[in-house]
Amino acid sequence: MSAESNVRTLTIDGEEISARADQTILEAAREHKLAIPTLCHLDGLSEVGACRMCLVEVKGARRLLPACVTRVEEGMEVTTHNPKIDRYRTMILELFFAERNHICSICVANGNCELQSLALTLGMTHVEIPYQYPQLPVDASHPRFTVDHNRCVLCTRCVRVCSEIEGANTWGVMGRGAQSLVITDLKEPWGESETCTSCGKCVQVCPTGALFEKDRAGSKVRKQPDFLPYLRIMREGEQ
Amino acid sequence: MNVEELQQIAAQAQEERDKFDYEVNVCMGTSCLSQHSDRIRDAIAKEAESCGKKCHVRRTGCMGPCAAGPMVLVEPAGTQYGHVREGDAKDIVSALGGDPVARLDPRLGSYFEGQHFVVLENVGHIDPEKVDEYVARGGYEALLKVLTEMTPAQVIEQISKSGLRGRGGGGYPTGLKWDTVAKVKGAQKYVICNGDEGDPGAFMDRSVLESDPQRVIEGMAIAAYAIGATKGYVYVRAEYPLAVQRLTVALREARRRGFLGNAICETTFSFDIDIRLGAGAFVCGEETALIASIEGKRGTPRPRPPYPAVSGLWGDPTLINNVETFANVPPIIRHGGEWFSSMGTARSKGTKVFALTGKIQRTGLVEVPMGMTLRQIIFGIGGGVPDGRKFKAVQTGGPSGGCLPEEHLDLSISYDALISAGSMMGSGGMIVMDDTSCMVSVARFFMEFCMTESCGKCVPCRAGTVQMYNLLTKICKGEATRRDLDQLTELCEVVGATSLCGLGQTAPNPVLSTLRYFRHEYLAHIDEKRCPAGVCECSPAVEVHA
Ligand SMILES: Cc1cc2nc3c(=O)[nH]c(=O)nc-3n(C[C@H](O)[C@H](O)[C@H](O)COP(=O)(O)O)c2cc1C
Ligand code: SF4
Ligand code: SF4
Ligand code: FES
Repeated sequence: MSAESNVRTLTIDGEEISARADQTILEAAREHKLAIPTLCHLDGLSEVGACRMCLVEVKGARRLLPACVTRVEEGMEVTTHNPKIDRYRTMILELFFAERNHICSICVANGNCELQSLALTLGMTHVEIPYQYPQLPVDASHPRFTVDHNRCVLCTRCVRVCSEIEGANTWGVMGRGAQSLVITDLKEPWGESETCTSCGKCVQVCPTGALFEKDRAGSKVRKQPDFLPYLRIMREGEQ
Repeated sequence: MNVEELQQIAAQAQEERDKFDYEVNVCMGTSCLSQHSDRIRDAIAKEAESCGKKCHVRRTGCMGPCAAGPMVLVEPAGTQYGHVREGDAKDIVSALGGDPVARLDPRLGSYFEGQHFVVLENVGHIDPEKVDEYVARGGYEALLKVLTEMTPAQVIEQISKSGLRGRGGGGYPTGLKWDTVAKVKGAQKYVICNGDEGDPGAFMDRSVLESDPQRVIEGMAIAAYAIGATKGYVYVRAEYPLAVQRLTVALREARRRGFLGNAICETTFSFDIDIRLGAGAFVCGEETALIASIEGKRGTPRPRPPYPAVSGLWGDPTLINNVETFANVPPIIRHGGEWFSSMGTARSKGTKVFALTGKIQRTGLVEVPMGMTLRQIIFGIGGGVPDGRKFKAVQTGGPSGGCLPEEHLDLSISYDALISAGSMMGSGGMIVMDDTSCMVSVARFFMEFCMTESCGKCVPCRAGTVQMYNLLTKICKGEATRRDLDQLTELCEVVGATSLCGLGQTAPNPVLSTLRYFRHEYLAHIDEKRCPAGVCECSPAVEVHA
């Protein structure tokens, strides 16, 4: 394929840009410093299109499309922000906050949480949807890490990093609907997991305070998920 | 296998039939079987033997009018008996050749009036476990014709011409889907038959698989030839043990006769089918979740595109159609696409099988031409609402559909008409409700279904259905305010617009349709703390009589 046929021209929020044919709307937008909110997406991991924060309007499409999985096309006209999309995103965020016990003031990730910063970015000042206050367990059996299901947004980043990057496949999802839970192995306590290598990658990629390091919790600690694309490139270089 | 051999099998089967003067067909579908129709069959067989009448007693699939079961059909007279018991065997046999047993008249009234059998054409006439009986009624003619006289493109042309649309709910044009998969390049392609059927009240696909499994197999084989696949899967829910058993036998029989396997009908075409059992998660009926489930993964949907046509099972091009869609294929090939498109409305061709349930005189399975009105189905075929009560609404499309009120009874059934009225064709469940139903409770029931069946992958559906369910509960209890109603309406909009798969996208439909047609009932619960139907606890049981 020639270099030209690999290029697509499209507009995002009225701005004409060009992108590679294999890029997603999200990748193209970010390359041009156009912001689209995301939560389940993380550079270096496969896409699941689950959090719905990145939904954008594409002219001619029947529905809103997730920017993280939708490939660019020639002549596409993408709108990333308008009053309707912003309202939808805010409501989705509210649904996240209300479904578990996201009370920032008492969270280890306060000030260092992607859910919290999304709320700030989108101007979500309060949650009108009733909180569900589920009774969820905290597993502190691992010597170094803790999982607090009260803060989990089920983005499955931990599941993906563990299987796609570390290759340990310790994390998985159990249950259906609102009963879904991330689990280690076959729901053994994390500390007793035979597959966990204690690499800590899941902790680094977790967007909220659901996974944290025991002795490094607190608002000063920043998680470091940026190692992933770097790791990917290094590994692909080896092959 | 060639045409002569096929005719020979048919002739042999006919010869077998000619040895008998009478045929007594006993329904052994799930419903009649649950009332021990197997013992009835044995009793009739024993009786026939002892009195020396030349009578063939046959097990068949569901005959339709389940509420009148166990059903028996006597040929050649065409007499139907209903509510048959073991003790009736003697009378049935002695009535052969004479007047029918009056007390066993199933009193079906106009049940069969206006019904038109394409998918169910063999029902009541063949033993689902005997491939030769299927052949005797024209079975596998279409496959043979396709393999020996038609190119794949010609097959697709006939399917396109027929106007057949997917019967799994979405109504996507079948010819177009086949054409897409046929055109995608790939060394390995798959055909999948979706028999997951999880809607509450639906049992069309189960009946087809139980009564005439060869028809589905033939349809799949024709599809495989058309798109270039060599391997197929039927995905059936494990809660359908009889369908699984009949299908297992049918596959074995089809292989024995050379309709499946290598070099089918002495051509270069090879194709075989395996069964995969679903664990009963409703969402596994969604095509990408179903594929994940066959691959042994957690059955959750993924964003499309890529569609299965391009990247399906194990990343290969995959055709996925519903049971009833495949069941329509052999007759279309036998009679031609134009024959099929002469039935129905402008954009919805052929017939549709419905499972008629709820507050209706004659519950059962019906097959009607598209374009028939809801009134004809509910009041003509179904005999209307029993116990002198008043019709209130009909629910179609299952948890993705909606409730239509009396003023829509004259709506002609088609994919598009149902959608513009705020409901859906869905897979063919049709639940009738009378004036004792509270429409808010009905909406709450379907929301509870969606909430418990949500796979939990995306947040609008996972958390949104819980919130909507809670709001509906609040309304039912008479504890809600107008603000709650506004929030419910907004949640409907957001969950519908932002969910990942069809389950979440359509979960608000039962609420939206009841809000559209029965808003006054919501308001009565909210403003007057009163349930007009007297169902919800908020009400001091105010009865509204017709
Ligand atoms: C939540 C959900 C459940 C579904 N369940 C079924 C089902 O039980 N049977 C079915 O045939 N299609 C079901 N579908 C539709 C399938 O995804 C798919 O569109 C269909 O099998 C395609 O076949 P058709 O074109 O012949 O209709 C479901 C879709 C969704 C979103
Ligand atoms: S534990 Fe963290 S990374 Fe894992 S699913 Fe929950 S929020 Fe996502
Ligand atoms: S809409 Fe519901 S069922 Fe579909 S992917 Fe989202 S959570 Fe799962
Ligand atoms: S970032 Fe696209 S759906 Fe989550």
